[in-house]
Amino acid sequence: MAGRLLTGWGGTAPTRAHVLSPADGGAIADVLGGAPPRGVIPRGLGRSYGDAAQNAGGIVLDTTRLRDIHEFDPANGLVTADAGVSLDRLLAVLVPSGWFLPVVPGTRHVTLGGAIAADVHGKNHHRDGTFGRHVRSAVLEAPGGERIVLTPDGSPDELWATTGGMGLTGVVTRATIALTPIATSWIAETTRRTADLDETLEHMSAGDRHHQYTVAWIDCLARGRRFGRSVAMWGDHATVDELPARHRADPLARRDRRALASAPWLPSGLVRHETVAAFNELYFRRAPRSARRIVPLDRFFFPLDALDRWNRLYGRAGLLQYQVVVPFGREDTLRTALEVLNRSGAPALLAVLKRFGPEHGPLSFPMPGWTLAMDLPAGRPALAPVLDRLDELVAEAGGRVYLAKDSRLRPDLLPAMYPRLAAWRRVREALDPDGVMRSDLARRLPALIGRG
Amino acid sequence: MRDALGSVQSVLVLGATSDIAAATVRALVGRRARRVLLAARNPDQALALAEELRVLGADADVIAFDARATAAHEELARAAFDRLGDIDVVLVAFGTLGADVGLASDPAAIAAVLETNFVGAASAIVPIARRMVDQGHGTIVVLSSVAGERARKSNFVYGASKAGLDAFSQGLGDALAATGVTVTVVRPGFVHTKMTAGLRPAPLSTTPEAVAAAIVDGLARRSEIVWTPRLLRVVMSLLRHLPRALFRRLPV
Ligand SMILES: Cc1cc2nc3c(=O)[nH]c(=O)nc-3n(C[C@H](O)[C@H](O)[C@H](O)COP(=O)(O)OP(=O)(O)OC[C@H]3O[C@@H](n4cnc5c(N)ncnc54)[C@H](O)[C@@H]3O)c2cc1C
Ligand SMILES: NC(=O)c1ccc[n+]([C@@H]2O[C@H](COP(=O)([O-])OP(=O)(O)OC[C@H]3O[C@@H](n4cnc5c(N)ncnc54)[C@H](OP(=O)(O)O)[C@@H]3O)[C@@H](O)[C@H]2O)c1
Repeated sequence: MAGRLLTGWGGTAPTRAHVLSPADGGAIADVLGGAPPRGVIPRGLGRSYGDAAQNAGGIVLDTTRLRDIHEFDPANGLVTADAGVSLDRLLAVLVPSGWFLPVVPGTRHVTLGGAIAADVHGKNHHRDGTFGRHVRSAVLEAPGGERIVLTPDGSPDELWATTGGMGLTGVVTRATIALTPIATSWIAETTRRTADLDETLEHMSAGDRHHQYTVAWIDCLARGRRFGRSVAMWGDHATVDELPARHRADPLARRDRRALASAPWLPSGLVRHETVAAFNELYFRRAPRSARRIVPLDRFFFPLDALDRWNRLYGRAGLLQYQVVVPFGREDTLRTALEVLNRSGAPALLAVLKRFGPEHGPLSFPMPGWTLAMDLPAGRPALAPVLDRLDELVAEAGGRVYLAKDSRLRPDLLPAMYPRLAAWRRVREALDPDGVMRSDLARRLPALIGRG
Repeated sequence: MRDALGSVQSVLVLGATSDIAAATVRALVGRRARRVLLAARNPDQALALAEELRVLGADADVIAFDARATAAHEELARAAFDRLGDIDVVLVAFGTLGADVGLASDPAAIAAVLETNFVGAASAIVPIARRMVDQGHGTIVVLSSVAGERARKSNFVYGASKAGLDAFSQGLGDALAATGVTVTVVRPGFVHTKMTAGLRPAPLSTTPEAVAAAIVDGLARRSEIVWTPRLLRVVMSLLRHLPRALFRRLPV
């Protein structure tokens, strides 16, 4: 057993675990059966920001050796693959055949298992819901020793406890996903600069009805009249007719996929107030006031993947992401949250604003409302009370913080933010009666599973 | 668990009657620490602090601990982990100044300072560090002192004990690399506490609350060394390089 120091994408709070890389479901069942007292947690590509895929002093199951695509039927749009396969690899197979994943997060470098466990959302949540909604079946190695095939009709409680369950219900080893048909690998994108927060919210609300994908980048550092100014973006999969003539011959070819090589020359610790303010200003000014264009899907969905390991820009102390959702009607809280952050002087790079549709699993993050996400440098003790205060505001408004991004939530607010937590815990306890599944996240937020 | 901004949930304090320890543990509970064990030579004298911490929302308890009773240190570590579960932070705060321990002192007095500040600290820390390695995480905060940077003629025994403790802590930190356990060495200057009561304050003197804030800050930044006040880092680096003949003549 190799002991390894692990962190999430944020690089904060490193802890050591025994990392095992099993080659099949049988080996996973063996590990779960002989689990040490500090338990087991699965880990995909470690793209959750905090400690969800860490288990100090226990076992971390690296799933990335389980990476086969078992079945892909271009006729009916279903794919069955191992949980450790990355969305990047899946897309490489699916896109040329005219299929797309039903939901994608802001990076391709997550595993199928990680996408299920966090019940990830994309820019199309208002229409298509979370990733979990498109899972036709999932094979779960439950810690009680059973291998269970979860389906939306046969075992909805267990399936929905597992989607969003942050690995705490067992290890997903394989899943079947219903795909979205596409005619091209391009997105018809409309971009629009907005002057302030009111205009941003107004445009976002209107755009939802007409487009599959929507998102806005807010400049969190803008003050005064420009407070809340944004670059709003809408997109739909382009049809062949919409493509420039030169791309019509091979409409499904991928462009812009390669990342700049991991850049050792990237100055570490570049993110400071001045550089961030300058970047935001530049980004905002470079965006067209209003434009419609055809862009490669990778540029639309995964702009950050163009820079490999960009988290290093935050230096040794690392970064955290604060992502919250507040219900529609509580735009006041959204405004206050932005104001508080603005005043705190924290150098937030562009924050992302999105509208969510209906709620899903008991521990899934999305609920109908506005979600705001921003990256912040972690080496700033002064941020702690500021974010604690925001937690309180968000909880009061009936909103919540996203566990896949979290690394510092006020533990006492978890039950208020996830009112169906008790129901989730009952399902979890039935699947894991001996409390085998453990993570640093669960230790940091004791109400999650209710043990030490 | 520690969170991304350095807040912790459980704290073991060795030398809980120390003024610096009290200020620090208050600050940590203010930053949401919820399980605290106060280890003190006279646990009764830590009861009031425990009560205060309970009012602030923590589950706080006391336990007997004598730095010089090294034979009991393994058992103390076991008991502390039993009561607290995971220990996120151990604050090593006990110490004795031995203000007039020097050339004129008898051997027992010399030994007492070294046994408390150096031997006792090393002996108490190791069994805790070992258990932290098993749990895969933890921070050991050690109260060293600027006095350990260069032993002064006026309190060379104390200075030597802190120099030893400081070296021990840094070496331990390196031995713990990649275990998930880290060591933070705190080097305060003159702090107004009962240890220094009645002494003439040195320049840049500070308060237990300021030291506590510096420690909380160091936890958030994952600092290996915390100078408090910060300016002492520069001052001490000058003093360290002062020629011996000159240093010896300083009125310190
Ligand atoms: C740049 C960037 C952009 C992002 N954008 C979005 C976004 O737009 N929307 C969104 O929803 N999220 C987003 N995320 C978060 C990311 O999608 C999730 O954290 C996702 O879970 C990461 O997957 P992973 O494979 O890296 O999993 P890890 O981070 O390794 O693990 C995440 C969780 O999944 C569990 N898990 C992993 N594999 C399995 C398995 N086989 N069975 C059971 N549990 C498992 C782990 O135990 C852990 O709790 C983004 C992250 C980054 C870094
Ligand atoms: N004050 C300063 O200027 C200063 C500067 C630099 C570093 N420091 C260091 O900071 C730490 C805390 O000091 P402080 O200023 O808070 O002083 P303090 O209030 O006097 O605290 C020191 C504590 O150590 C305890 N102690 C002494 N011998 C012990 C033993 N054998 N076993 C268990 N506990 C014992 C004492 O307990 P009792 O109550 O039982 O006596 C006392 O409460 C010390 O390590 C000190 O050397 C202080």
